[in-house]
Amino acid sequence: MQLSPVIFYLIAALTVGSAAMVAFSRNIVYSAFSLLGTFGGVAAIYVFLGADFVAGVQVLIYVGGILVLILFAVMLTHRIADVQITNRSVGRIPALVVIGIFIFLLIQSIRETPWAKAKEIVYAPTTTIIGEWFLERYLLPFELASVVLLAALIGAVVLARKETRE
Amino acid sequence: MAIGLAHYLVVGAVLFGLGLFTVLTRRNAISILMGVELILNSANINYVAFSHYSTGNVDGQIYAIFVIMLAAAEAAIGLAIVLAIFQIFHTIDVEAAETLKD
Repeated sequence: MQLSPVIFYLIAALTVGSAAMVAFSRNIVYSAFSLLGTFGGVAAIYVFLGADFVAGVQVLIYVGGILVLILFAVMLTHRIADVQITNRSVGRIPALVVIGIFIFLLIQSIRETPWAKAKEIVYAPTTTIIGEWFLERYLLPFELASVVLLAALIGAVVLARKETRE
Repeated sequence: MAIGLAHYLVVGAVLFGLGLFTVLTRRNAISILMGVELILNSANINYVAFSHYSTGNVDGQIYAIFVIMLAAAEAAIGLAIVLAIFQIFHTIDVEAAETLKD
């Protein structure tokens, strides 16, 4: 018996279960902490797919950056004492029906479609080739990304600062 | 049964559905941002899965890195907007902040 399918199913269950927690939890603090399981599970899925560099980036940026930012926003903006009203959601039943049908259709089309297959599936380190391609083939998007990040940085500061009037 | 491309696509599809559900039903602005992050993660799973099983090169992984970068920028801007809304309306319920309609 092979061990890797079992591990894959465990990781998939962790990812989907935490995502369901994000979607259904009544308490926003639980939702925010469940994101940790989802992001970590997605990083593990990247490892399964042989994408070591992307997995590292996922842990660094999602878990280390975005999740901490979201937790900061949760702690700063809502009164933790009144838990009941913090994570209101409306129209759950119709949304659940529509999303259920939608996921069913997606899975059907995934099963029906004849996807292209690679000639051989390789498990090799990817960091070197990603670095080379960033500076050759994807040089323009790579440089644009730095401009986008600078704009986002300045925009966030401008938006979040307190308005001071004379 | 061996794990193949379809397994990863199904995980991505379920994650996308849950993210869409979060965006549709939540009325808390931060929860809506969490739903958007789920959707971006599901797209990334598909990119990396196709890169591994269908093309065999790292194009998909590079796209996934760009998506992660944009998600970071989106989270920063989105949370700055949420903080600004909180300073003005003293709540982050998106139904309270619909004065643009009037």
